[in-house]
Amino acid sequence: MQSGDDSLSEMTRHLIAVRDRRDRAAFCCLFDHFAPRLKAMLLRRGLRDGSAEDVVQDVMLTVWHKAAQFDPHRAEASGWIYAIARNRRIDLERRRPLSQPEELPEPETAEPDAAQILALQQEARHLAEALARLAPEQAEALRAAYFSDLPHRRIAEMSGLPLGTIKSRIRLGLERLRHELKNIAP
Amino acid sequence: MTEIRHHIPEDILDAYRAGSLSHAFAVVVAAHLSLCDRCRARHEAADMIGGALLDQAEAVPLATGARQRMMALLDGPPPRPPMRGTGMFPAPVMAELGGLPPRWKMLGGGIRQQILSADRDGSLRLLYIPGGKAVPEHGHRGLELTLVLQGSFHDSEGSFGRGDVEAAHDEIDHQPIADPGAPCICLAATDAPLRFHAMLPRLLQPLFRI
Repeated sequence: MQSGDDSLSEMTRHLIAVRDRRDRAAFCCLFDHFAPRLKAMLLRRGLRDGSAEDVVQDVMLTVWHKAAQFDPHRAEASGWIYAIARNRRIDLERRRPLSQPEELPEPETAEPDAAQILALQQEARHLAEALARLAPEQAEALRAAYFSDLPHRRIAEMSGLPLGTIKSRIRLGLERLRHELKNIAP
Repeated sequence: MTEIRHHIPEDILDAYRAGSLSHAFAVVVAAHLSLCDRCRARHEAADMIGGALLDQAEAVPLATGARQRMMALLDGPPPRPPMRGTGMFPAPVMAELGGLPPRWKMLGGGIRQQILSADRDGSLRLLYIPGGKAVPEHGHRGLELTLVLQGSFHDSEGSFGRGDVEAAHDEIDHQPIADPGAPCICLAATDAPLRFHAMLPRLLQPLFRI
């Protein structure tokens, strides 16, 4: 795949360069963008500064080793890296590692389906735009659900809001998201 | 292959994604995600929202030298490749089997099982039911998730083939019957011991741990 393909997000292009050419400069760019954001996500989860950085390192090392699995037909760099971080964080808190689905065959890199990749990138852009338009408290409820995965009751305790409000906020946030996506889809 | 019609309920997939499912249930979900494109897509789409939020998250600077330390690690040995599926058993089930074929224990009536794990959070087992045979009628305390790996069965809730999941709550009193033909092989997880109605199986329960 041509890394100059402008239908791809910058980070997805870097990840493809790591996958296809073990490109260290591209990996540096991924690290500079994602490592500080992953750290923010882990701190939110309640990790201490030092252990958050250890986990960030683990996650980014997995990105390097598993890059062959990255398939731009199915994912954007940010979602793919988020999934690795989610699993890593979960395993830290479980007695046994979370059972993982079978890895899909490594993607066909010689003849990618440009239309499919473009459609996915567009969807990701629409999603990001829809997120940016959420009311601050809806965005905050979504971040709480996706970064902290706190049980709803704990979220309520932390924010001092009644449980029902948080639940409906998360639902509202997601409903609004779907609605937004429906409206802006071509 | 026939289409998968019975999927993982939304709340159970959410709990899997949050890492809060017991090991037994998590293996059933991971095995279903290995076979079902629809649920796999739901699962990966949710990560897209997580990714978009990550992209927009406020950056917290790392300690100085973090990138250099990172780059120095890249030449280390890669991790062991994950387990692959074999035959009817997708990778998460093969991992539970330790990469070996099942070692069945006879339960009588041609029915066999292998317990894969059992602890206070629940149990996970493989069940082998010859075509046309019934699993003794049973109710549940709690939830039972059953994933078909080979053959098919039917009960009061419908018909289930390879890849289908039945989520049975305590209120369901069902009697699964394997359809004629190849033996029906299922992966079944519970969060409580099963209750059998016939006297004999009840007595055998502690013995066979079913």
